[in-house]
Amino acid sequence: MLAMNFRGPFQIRPDRNRPMPEIMHPYDAIVRVTRSLICGSDLHLYHGLVPDTRVGMTFGHEFTGVVEEIGSGVQKLKVGDRVLVPFNIACGSCPFCKQELYGNCHEANSEATAVGGFFGYAHTGGGYDGGQAEYVRVPYADVSPTIIPAGMDEENAVLLTDVVPTGYQAAEQGGIQKGDTVVVFGAGPIGLMTARFAWFFGAARVIVIDELDYRLEFARKFAFAEAYNFREMKDPVVFLKKATDYYGADVCIDAVGCEASGMALQTITGKGLLMQAGTATAFHWAVNSVKKGGIVSIIGVYGPPWNLVPLGSIMNKGITIRGNQASVKRLLPKLIDHIMSGRINPKEIITHRFPLEEVSDAYRMFSKKLDNIIKPLLIPPRAYAA
Amino acid sequence: MQEVLEERIDEFQDRKIADRNMDDRTKDIPGWGMDADPENDPTYPMKHWTGADHDRLNYEKAPQQPIDREVFHSIERPGVTRVFGTSTPPAGLSGAVRRYAYKYSEATATHWMTLILADRIDVIQGKINDLKHGILPNPWIERGWRAEWKHNRTAFIGRMATTALLITAGIMLLNRKNRK
Repeated sequence: MLAMNFRGPFQIRPDRNRPMPEIMHPYDAIVRVTRSLICGSDLHLYHGLVPDTRVGMTFGHEFTGVVEEIGSGVQKLKVGDRVLVPFNIACGSCPFCKQELYGNCHEANSEATAVGGFFGYAHTGGGYDGGQAEYVRVPYADVSPTIIPAGMDEENAVLLTDVVPTGYQAAEQGGIQKGDTVVVFGAGPIGLMTARFAWFFGAARVIVIDELDYRLEFARKFAFAEAYNFREMKDPVVFLKKATDYYGADVCIDAVGCEASGMALQTITGKGLLMQAGTATAFHWAVNSVKKGGIVSIIGVYGPPWNLVPLGSIMNKGITIRGNQASVKRLLPKLIDHIMSGRINPKEIITHRFPLEEVSDAYRMFSKKLDNIIKPLLIPPRAYAA
Repeated sequence: MQEVLEERIDEFQDRKIADRNMDDRTKDIPGWGMDADPENDPTYPMKHWTGADHDRLNYEKAPQQPIDREVFHSIERPGVTRVFGTSTPPAGLSGAVRRYAYKYSEATATHWMTLILADRIDVIQGKINDLKHGILPNPWIERGWRAEWKHNRTAFIGRMATTALLITAGIMLLNRKNRK
């Protein structure tokens, strides 16, 4: 079958000779992929920043498809079902799943206890091949995969596997109260979605900070946000303090993660020397821009080892920090309703569509932010098969 | 040599100790539990407290996926999860380096930095494997240069020209040194 094949940092190829996935466990299903997205966090893999990313792996944790085969223990899904597959692989029965922490399942990732099981996200994410392929093995098929509601656009469905719930949870983690001023760092797909959902929780102001003007313009239109370029600021923290009456924002959200720009020390030690797990610039700004007693929500992805962070300010300001991988299954009913009711149309963020055969071009364009790209979609050749 | 503490400690005792304390000790501790407030849960609504945390690992587990290949597991957990990924089992030198890395916990630099080292070795292994199978490097496709040519041509040509210049200068420098 055709699938994306990782060959090393900045090197991938479409490979027509990948083996077909097989049922390995009674609770497995094989899904024929019909739509697959490239996530900003896939770029961390592409850039070689995530440990235990092995050559030969297929990435992709945001996909929809059709169930082609099921294991002997699968009861809820049947062959032919059109499903959206949350990026979390979850058993549904461990204490974490029972408490709806589906992104923290204890039975999906042997290789890192700090990380849940994710499709196509290195062996640090459990070593599962992902959905940037024609077919994919889906473990615990009865738990997270969800039948796409009748009438839902498939591009909205595929965004429900990660981007929409992740953006929603970022806002939710912020504990936003009615009337709050919310600052979102990052105008990538997750930041845009977070900014959009901040209003759902009652924000009175939503401010987005990024360095790319085309993305800031998109944030103004899609997320109805005030949007500013930090390259035009001497110090983003002072800007945000001034913008919030020298009080600080009520909630700051880091939707950038480990590849942020803007602070030389972070860039040199994080991206240049790999002495920390990427750059914690956005988090640093968030801690320093939020009010005393405020909340910082982290949804940007960081590597597992460590980062330079302002612990003193966190303690002295009494800041509450909340972060987690999105618990997609927990949020799906609410988010499906938001989409089906027309309150949000997430597919507006998909700016580029590529055949799977052009996956390496898609990665390069996304990585280099070419052609005003926001979110690239991959369409496998068998997507339209009967 | 004396065993380290983690080798001497009994496994799976946490809840037994906690339950024993709840039965015996806590009633003798003045004020125990007086101010407990179930509403004070900063993790809500991300987490719906059900008490399952106190079950620890005593939950109904799925059948074990047959372990028919080498699968690493963090030493912070007792074994392999009931399902696991089957992508790219460890192989060759990079596999040996990864094997070493998994002897250390996720809290150590040795674990993660060794894995990064293994990843870089794996890239070289991948190139050798490709050549063995008659697959030549194709940066035009693999590095997405085709996309750069289409959407970022001027910068792309500039970067390529700079790289070519640096390589040429390097070769000339080496040649000059060799002649001396």
